Amino acid sequence: MRLELRGITKRFGTFTANDGIDMVVESGEIHAILGENGAGKSTLMNTLYGLYEPDAGQIVIDGEPVVFTGPGDAMRAGIGMVHQHFMLVPVFTVAENVVLGQEPVGKGLIDLKRARQIVRETSEMLGFEIDPDAKIEDLPVGVQQRVEIVKALSRNAKLLILDEPTAVLTPQETDELIEIMRRLAAAGTSILFITHKLREIRAVSDAITIIRLGQVVGSATPSATESELASLMVGRSVSLGVAKEPATTREDVLEVRNLVVRDTHGVPVVNDVSFTVAAGEILAVAGVQGNGQTELTEAILGIQKPASGSVVLRGEPLEGKGVRERLDSGLAYVPEDRSTDGVVGEFSIVENLVLDRIGAAPVSRGGALDMRFLRRNAHELVKEFDVRTTSVDRAVGTLSGGNQQKVVLARELSRPLSLLVASQPTRGVDVGSIEFLHDRIVSERDKGAAVVIVSTELDEVLALGDRIAVMCGGELVGIVPGGESRDVLGLMMTGIGPEEARERAAEHHTLLGEADLEAEAEAADAVPVAPTTPTTPPATGTVDDAPVEETR
Amino acid sequence: MSTPKEPLGPTPAEDPLEPVEPQSAADVEVAGEQSRASVAELDGFGRRYLRDVMSSSSLLTLLAIVLAVLLGGVLIIATDPAVQEATGYFFARPSTFFAAAWDAASQAYLALFQGAIYDGQAATFTRAIRPITETLTIATPLILAGLSVGLAFRAGLFNIGGQGQVILGAVLATWIGFGLDLPPVVHLVLALVGGAVGGAFWAAIAGVLKARTGAHEVIVTIMLNNIAAYLVLWVVTTKLFAGGSSGTSKPVGENSRLPALLPEPFRLHLGFILALVLAAAVWWLMERSTLGFKLRAVGSNARAARTAGISVGAMTVLAMAIAGGLAGLAGASQVLGTEGYLTASVAGTIGFDAITVALLGRSKPLGTVLAGLLFGALAAGGRLMQTRTGTPLDLVLVLQSFIVLFIAAPPLVRTIWRLPKPGVRREKPSPTSTTPVTAGADA
Repeated sequence: MRLELRGITKRFGTFTANDGIDMVVESGEIHAILGENGAGKSTLMNTLYGLYEPDAGQIVIDGEPVVFTGPGDAMRAGIGMVHQHFMLVPVFTVAENVVLGQEPVGKGLIDLKRARQIVRETSEMLGFEIDPDAKIEDLPVGVQQRVEIVKALSRNAKLLILDEPTAVLTPQETDELIEIMRRLAAAGTSILFITHKLREIRAVSDAITIIRLGQVVGSATPSATESELASLMVGRSVSLGVAKEPATTREDVLEVRNLVVRDTHGVPVVNDVSFTVAAGEILAVAGVQGNGQTELTEAILGIQKPASGSVVLRGEPLEGKGVRERLDSGLAYVPEDRSTDGVVGEFSIVENLVLDRIGAAPVSRGGALDMRFLRRNAHELVKEFDVRTTSVDRAVGTLSGGNQQKVVLARELSRPLSLLVASQPTRGVDVGSIEFLHDRIVSERDKGAAVVIVSTELDEVLALGDRIAVMCGGELVGIVPGGESRDVLGLMMTGIGPEEARERAAEHHTLLGEADLEAEAEAADAVPVAPTTPTTPPATGTVDDAPVEETR
Repeated sequence: MSTPKEPLGPTPAEDPLEPVEPQSAADVEVAGEQSRASVAELDGFGRRYLRDVMSSSSLLTLLAIVLAVLLGGVLIIATDPAVQEATGYFFARPSTFFAAAWDAASQAYLALFQGAIYDGQAATFTRAIRPITETLTIATPLILAGLSVGLAFRAGLFNIGGQGQVILGAVLATWIGFGLDLPPVVHLVLALVGGAVGGAFWAAIAGVLKARTGAHEVIVTIMLNNIAAYLVLWVVTTKLFAGGSSGTSKPVGENSRLPALLPEPFRLHLGFILALVLAAAVWWLMERSTLGFKLRAVGSNARAARTAGISVGAMTVLAMAIAGGLAGLAGASQVLGTEGYLTASVAGTIGFDAITVALLGRSKPLGTVLAGLLFGALAAGGRLMQTRTGTPLDLVLVLQSFIVLFIAAPPLVRTIWRLPKPGVRREKPSPTSTTPVTAGADA
């Protein structure tokens, strides 16, 4: 299917989310849309999928203008979408999910035999196997994603929209997904691939459209370098890596000994985990979402009660201490899910910035809030952390995710700390701010804090970790030095020990792993420059061999 | 501009007034997504819904009241005998019908006003201004108990137990009132404190059970209401309490009475001032104190509060205790101010009306005071309306019910008055989020 978007404009009140977007997706093309969170990618896709009606502009499919009043229209026109958060019923089987909404009916009942057949045929075409009778909740996320793809294709999708499809995948799973995408493209299916990850884009796409602030700011070919793409995406040159000195470690600050945490069913979700983190180093914990990292950090904070084992902070066992006491003894904590655990959405920025300092001077005096301190504190932190808001009195719930995250980090980093435990510290934050936040975390390390970063983004793990711990199924698979190859980490994330992972990784590089090696080679070729100097051409310039084409 | 549809999860179906989109697979999938909702999430939904109701604009509240008054007018007209008679020859003389209808409605509402604020037809000045003092007297316990419900709600708790807490407060205040013999001021203060403690104790039971065992406060407080209702029936018959006439207790001592603000025959007493002072105090507690900050944090997002080191259990108990104390004071003010003795029906329907008052006042102290005054006025005015125009007192109840109905359904009111839907600005970060604002600009 050849898809053309002509001047698509979508406004919300006075806010223009999409402003005259023009783009063409050729038949059988893998077309990446690159943009930061909030750039308007999702709005554009939702418009294309019939969830929004554009205020202006036209969607043209194979030369015919179309109008969608709902996702049903889009599906009938051959557009399928795999959402970032899967739309599957966990207690239903694969076959039931795939036919949900357009069930084949025989004798008034759902024809499950036919449903199973649809699953088998479609997955066979894509080159993998899925048990049609497996329950969704028993399947790993990578397989659930395939179910979504099968579901879309079983509805005769000729154009597949993949919204941030690799967010939840290991490098190996990503490879498999890329393989599926290529197969589909070869069979003539067009693919729109939304992401903010530069490396993947270069590995898989045929064409790249970059969106910033609701406008198309350029198009590029996969031969463009990552920093070229990044500067287009952000609108100014950015340095992607973190400039950090090697860690100078001092005494051990955090010691986790044989920690076991069980869920409500008694199943261990953190199983016999032991490690230490010293002052002045960053331990990055890698792993696919839901492999015990959350429970590990919650046990350190004290809101999960360990079944056995202990957490020791600066030589003092934390057992029996409440959250308040742990925070007071120098623990700063950034929860994984900021909206449920990190901020009170209805509270103002002012209030959220003191949420876990309440009750003690200088926030509270004589049982009352020191409103002057609160406001001064808010103004300072908003400025320092570049929280974009019209007012410090705005409810945090109305801020974008990235700005909410900045509020959380600003709060946690604004008090004296000896241990920082941060989960997904930059999730949803724009690329420009990631750089700043990473720098802040590194500077806390350099000031002598022990830092534990939990992240499912390997880019972040690699950027920050002085050592990298990998978790799988609640167990610590191993701890490897920082800078370990992506392939090894990816394999370890599936539970393979470090030695075996290294052997296997040496035999076979994933696409992203190869991209890493290329990037390293590129960096080695580049003329060494001072870390503060932008290593990329300004965003408005053109590049010699012109893989990047500015449209604005 | 077309109505923006929600991106993924929430479909237009969420809004009952939105025309239902053609069924599509996506809708079905979303329904599936929702089937995951656990009981806890459903509870969360209820809370979110109530919070939505609480946070709708004061304009909406005003419009809801106007709507209720209009509908009430229709009911008055429909039930008025003169109008019914005129309907018989409507086509012959429609003007008679309309005149009768206007007469019925306007007379009834005029009487309601006269009974609640100022009665120009009264023979003496005292009788003319008596209505407004009655309104304030009736409003006093409503404001106090309304503050109780509102405070608990902002801490994330549904305090349905106002009734029981009012009773316990009244019982304890009565006991101190007649059982002790103390100097002026001291006796009154002690009796008031007793009332607060009685209510606080009763509510704290629900708080402790919730914090310790997770027992839902709605069920526990409802049950405690029943227990209190029967308890007071028994208490007034005990040797200790029973007074001269059956069903009433001994009168409380003069020193423990809340002083009257005006000479006889007015009933208005210091309790009203106390209610206003406490409303201000509750505002300070919730907006300016450390404790209030914690209570609001727990009420708004208990998980984030817990992560920030705030003890959710302790806040639950404290919120219930403070709320109970306020409701207890409502009971105490009835006994020490208005009545002077305890009866089994001391609480009337204060505990339940308080829920409505808090809802109407959106859990904010000022709103609660205004809502309490409105309900006090309706109750006071209803009596005169019945005697003067024969419009049944029940109309007041109908009016109250209509108000609550409209308050509970903001989209309905918005549709009737053709107001724009709120939340458009919430769908996306505002445009200003793209232009950094230097901090301090709005200081």
